Amino acid sequence: MDPLVTFCLRMGDTTLILGQQTAAWCGHAPVLEEDIAFANMGLDLIGQTQLWYEIAAQAEGQGRTPDDLAFFRTERQFLNAQLVERPNVDFAHALMRQYLFDAWHLPIQEALCESGHQAIRELAQKSVKEVRYHIDRSRDLIVRLGDGSEESHAMMQGALDALWPYAADLMAIDAVEQALVGIGMLPPLDRVACAFEAETAVTLDRATLAIPGNGHARTGGRTGIHTETMGYILAEMQQIPRSFPDARW
Amino acid sequence: MSKEWPLWEIFIRGQHGLSHRHVGSLHAPDAEMALRNARDVYTRRNEGMSIWVVESNKITAFDPDMAEQNFAAPKSKVYRHPSFFEIPDEVGAM
Repeated sequence: MDPLVTFCLRMGDTTLILGQQTAAWCGHAPVLEEDIAFANMGLDLIGQTQLWYEIAAQAEGQGRTPDDLAFFRTERQFLNAQLVERPNVDFAHALMRQYLFDAWHLPIQEALCESGHQAIRELAQKSVKEVRYHIDRSRDLIVRLGDGSEESHAMMQGALDALWPYAADLMAIDAVEQALVGIGMLPPLDRVACAFEAETAVTLDRATLAIPGNGHARTGGRTGIHTETMGYILAEMQQIPRSFPDARW
Repeated sequence: MSKEWPLWEIFIRGQHGLSHRHVGSLHAPDAEMALRNARDVYTRRNEGMSIWVVESNKITAFDPDMAEQNFAAPKSKVYRHPSFFEIPDEVGAM
């Protein structure tokens, strides 16, 4: 596959799956205000997905639409980072997943604002404003709840312990990204991992949360290897379009 | 101590030159989160460029039962409205 298509799918699949997971909180968040905030964020992410899929579909040149890419690919064809497919479990997990994602998403979108590819550059310049708000919000809640009551601290630490090993998958770089950096389509991406480390070190310390000692571990999402939850997410997300392929609003 | 978050009144300014208008209320543990929540609850459709939040119990209001003694008197004083001037045609719409 054209490295540009692969990269756009890696980005778009990651925002799509997180958007889908975030949307599942609609009507279930602990308070009304948080419910609306989560739904807003999910919609931002799905909007960004559409832009990534448009670039991918155009580069691919096979006449597929963003909907085709979202609803008519199978699990091994999805290239999202594993972090975003981890289950909602409880609000602590959903918040921590969002924060770790945001801590990667902001620096990569900032880097992509200097992409040599015009459509990617424009996408990033639009998205980065949304992402700045997302991390502002998730960082604030991580600190409040981590450094909150005994119960909230324990829940946030539990979520961090469960999710931290999946953070590495966000920053995994292989020949695809290297090829795009080589032709100037992407800026060097090593600074994204540095920014992630700096952001999480400061914020998790403020939140009185301890970063698990076993280091970054789980990768593979960006080459189509997924965890046991992924099939369920796709089944729910794709069921209607696959049952009624020509259905229109 | 109540576990319910306090109530906040939300004021939004739609554009430069207009004043902030009361748009509704919401719950939040403190002012900073009330601002964030207001952004998510009340500006989803591009309504505003500035938000004020005020804790509801900081607002002092007349007792609605006293409406008659507070507000009835001006009803009969129509001459307080500037509606008795002849406006020359050249002025146009005012």
